[in-house]
Amino acid sequence: MSLAAPDTSPAETTRPILRERGQREVFCGLTSIVWLHRKIQDAFFLVVGSRTCAHLIQSAAGVMVFAEPRFATAIMEERDLAGLADANDELDRIVTQLLARRPDIKLLFLVGSCPSEVIKLDLHKAAERLSAAHFPRTRVLNYSGSGIETTFTQGEDACLAALAAAAPRDDANNLLIVGALPDVVEDQFARLFAEIGIARTDFFPARRADALPPIGPSTRFLLAQPFLTDTTRALEARGAKRIRAPFPFGAEGATAWFQAAADAWSIPEMEFRRAIAPHRARAKRALESHRQALEGRSIFFFPDSQLEPSLARFLSQELGMRPIEVGTPYLNQTLLAEELAQLPADCVLSEGQDVELQLDRCRAAKPDIAVCGLGLANPLEAEGITTKWAIELVFSPIHGFDQAGDLAGLFSRPLRRRAALKV
Amino acid sequence: MQLSVWTYEGPPHVGAMRIATGMRGVHLVLHAPQGDTYADLLFTMIERRNARPPVTFTTFQARDLGGDTAQLFSDAVRDAYARFQPEALLVCASCTGELIQDNPSGLAHALGLPAPVIALDLPSYQKKENWGAAETFYQLVRAFAPKTDAPRTPKPPGARFSCNILGPTALGFRHRDDVAEVCKILAALDIDVNVVAPLGASPADLARLPDADCSIVLYPEIAETAARYLERTHGQKIIRTMPIGQQATADFIAELAALAGIDPANRSFGDARLPWWSRSVDSNYLTGKRVFIFGDGGHAIAAARIARDELGFEVVGLGSYSRELARDVRACAEALGLTALITDDYLEVEAAIADLQPELVLGTQMERHIAKRLGIACAVISAPAHVQDYPARYAPQMGFEGANVIFDTWVHPLVMGLEEHLLAMFRDDFEFHDGAGPSHLAATPAPQPVPAAAPAAGDIAWSADAEKELSKIPFFVRGKARRNTERFAVERGLSVIHIETLYDAKSHFAR
Ligand code: SF4
Repeated sequence: MSLAAPDTSPAETTRPILRERGQREVFCGLTSIVWLHRKIQDAFFLVVGSRTCAHLIQSAAGVMVFAEPRFATAIMEERDLAGLADANDELDRIVTQLLARRPDIKLLFLVGSCPSEVIKLDLHKAAERLSAAHFPRTRVLNYSGSGIETTFTQGEDACLAALAAAAPRDDANNLLIVGALPDVVEDQFARLFAEIGIARTDFFPARRADALPPIGPSTRFLLAQPFLTDTTRALEARGAKRIRAPFPFGAEGATAWFQAAADAWSIPEMEFRRAIAPHRARAKRALESHRQALEGRSIFFFPDSQLEPSLARFLSQELGMRPIEVGTPYLNQTLLAEELAQLPADCVLSEGQDVELQLDRCRAAKPDIAVCGLGLANPLEAEGITTKWAIELVFSPIHGFDQAGDLAGLFSRPLRRRAALKV
Repeated sequence: MQLSVWTYEGPPHVGAMRIATGMRGVHLVLHAPQGDTYADLLFTMIERRNARPPVTFTTFQARDLGGDTAQLFSDAVRDAYARFQPEALLVCASCTGELIQDNPSGLAHALGLPAPVIALDLPSYQKKENWGAAETFYQLVRAFAPKTDAPRTPKPPGARFSCNILGPTALGFRHRDDVAEVCKILAALDIDVNVVAPLGASPADLARLPDADCSIVLYPEIAETAARYLERTHGQKIIRTMPIGQQATADFIAELAALAGIDPANRSFGDARLPWWSRSVDSNYLTGKRVFIFGDGGHAIAAARIARDELGFEVVGLGSYSRELARDVRACAEALGLTALITDDYLEVEAAIADLQPELVLGTQMERHIAKRLGIACAVISAPAHVQDYPARYAPQMGFEGANVIFDTWVHPLVMGLEEHLLAMFRDDFEFHDGAGPSHLAATPAPQPVPAAAPAAGDIAWSADAEKELSKIPFFVRGKARRNTERFAVERGLSVIHIETLYDAKSHFAR
């Protein structure tokens, strides 16, 4: 899977990369379920795992109170480990029980975990078997969100790669926006693509699993998230073509992103400019109010979501921040080529982690702000380093022109707060 | 396999983390994949700890599995020792680590480190968090307070009685403040605190455990195993009364004073306000409020006694997710004329609450979710708890101050006495309607129906006028009225409920 396979592409950056293989302080891919299950409204995520997996998801979901979550864990017990035949029977029983309780579920994901993978429980086979039993009412797919295979957002990548198989193959000459986005952002994007003059824009994943967009050779797709390595591969395997672009963070990022689509559709430059101008101006205005708090400030990224290089580009290029180290759990140089090209030459790019060594580097660098996971944030604050929880960058709307100011605000608020507090 | 939406307890290695994080001078190396590091945030975010838990995760990946995960583990232990220089090292495997069978114990011991290594065997597919905490604590106590054949040195005459306070951990529900409160009681009795453990203790402190005269088991789920060991090996008597509530605190003091041979009279144990607050006329409206209690065993049992005997509530349901204390909880429920609900299935608890329609739920964060959805008042009495249940202020559950805190906390979510009457009298006031919730609380969203879990009313239908009349009944008793009326109708073989049925039922169930 993506963790293991180094991407060798012509676009490989010449910048040195610090590769570390020590202790990692990151979530596993199961965590993506926290937003995916809200995004796809008729899908259910059944983790086949241990009590740890169940505890992880609920701890990451944290303070959210769900009406009734569309996820659950089938917790394996001692006797499930003893015989795989029994484990499969148990799984069938649980799925049947679940679907009886939730007849509204159109798509069920069996999500693999470390324990299910280590004991080699074949969830792909299980999904085929269960699909045969429950189709057409419910389709059953599988993917891995395990910590031995995936880091945090790679769970979404694996999910979407599996979901691609369920999309119709029609030739639609559509623009496909790939990556789970908050509904409000999706709506803004849909309006803007229409204004630009692109006839058909689809979003993947769709809000409903029974309304998946067509993916075929005349589909051209634009990634909304940088962590979609396997999904890209799956879409390309269907003949869809990726439109190369930076990611839509900030005014410049969003402009270049929309422009890439407009160019692919051969929209005249003037028309594109006209459509985009008011949005771009609004984003620029919103960013201005954060510039003072952020300009010249140094920032240190611990690896978390793979958004780090894109965010570092945005913060340095559009707000004048100084990235010291940009850590990412996995660096896909092909998908990020446009972003990496615009990163300042003097910032360290690091891939993987050895958390103790990285903390040492962070302490030595004394950044104005460190972007890190929830396990590190309060300890760093207590050491005097201002932090931004990385998870908020995944849980809040940050894409596009109208969220540019909010995105900057996520970084300026901790600094303003630090300055405001006299205690 | 067990289908689980929310879990009350984490896996057993999270219990081990609670011990290690609570203590000083120990470091835990967990053979676990990267995602398991989420557990750090329980401590740094929920409990707002300002330092990382003293835990190293090996974070092996798929590519390591074919190769040498054992080497990875050994390196992690060696590096952790070199960096943190702990007095003692704990090693264990998480659920995935257990499956790859690398033998953490053998590997860690083979390193020959200059510190004691305690290997934990925590069966992830059988046991849970509290068990893991109890086992870890027990193994530490066994290692540092070993059985000796030397006879106990007799105490010099006039020496003060001393005890160990056992059970508080990191991430415990109000453990920090409970310890302080219990220490105050001991000071008032002229009893010395020998060691508090695991919270705040170092391995060297554990070695001093045998010096005390007795063990106070503050939290049975965590301390019972270790206390029994100390009783067996060092002859230390055990005080098991959890001083939660007015009477339990008094019992605790009496029990301890008797054991120590001290007269508890004429000593000050703090201001016990609960009795007067409860007897004062303003509290009249609390009489017979129907409460549902769910939590860990120790807290649930304590809450039942307070609810019935100290606040005058009616306990309509009692349960616990602690299998370890199932027997005690069952006995307690039986004494209340109830059948205990022993389960760790959140959906079962939800169904029980929806069915019983209590006026107040005393539970964990899970029951808070349930109560919120059902529009029922709720107070948290037990772990697992959210960040807001780790308050900045002093808020013990134990001792007389704890009883004061409990009075306030449980009464706060309820609609106050006079307001209750006004709501009943002016049901149709368009501004004063009950959807707004208690006036002293922020607006709460309207309760949502519970899917599937709600008990079906069988074949009984509500006529439109009866349904409308029901809606005029204040929200905090509406659920009860609906349930009683339906029961009344079933008992009489009625298929439709009319306004008259509603009032017939009301008079039938009048109390
Ligand atoms: S890292 Fe593996 S075992 Fe741990 S929560 Fe994630 S999938 Fe489950």
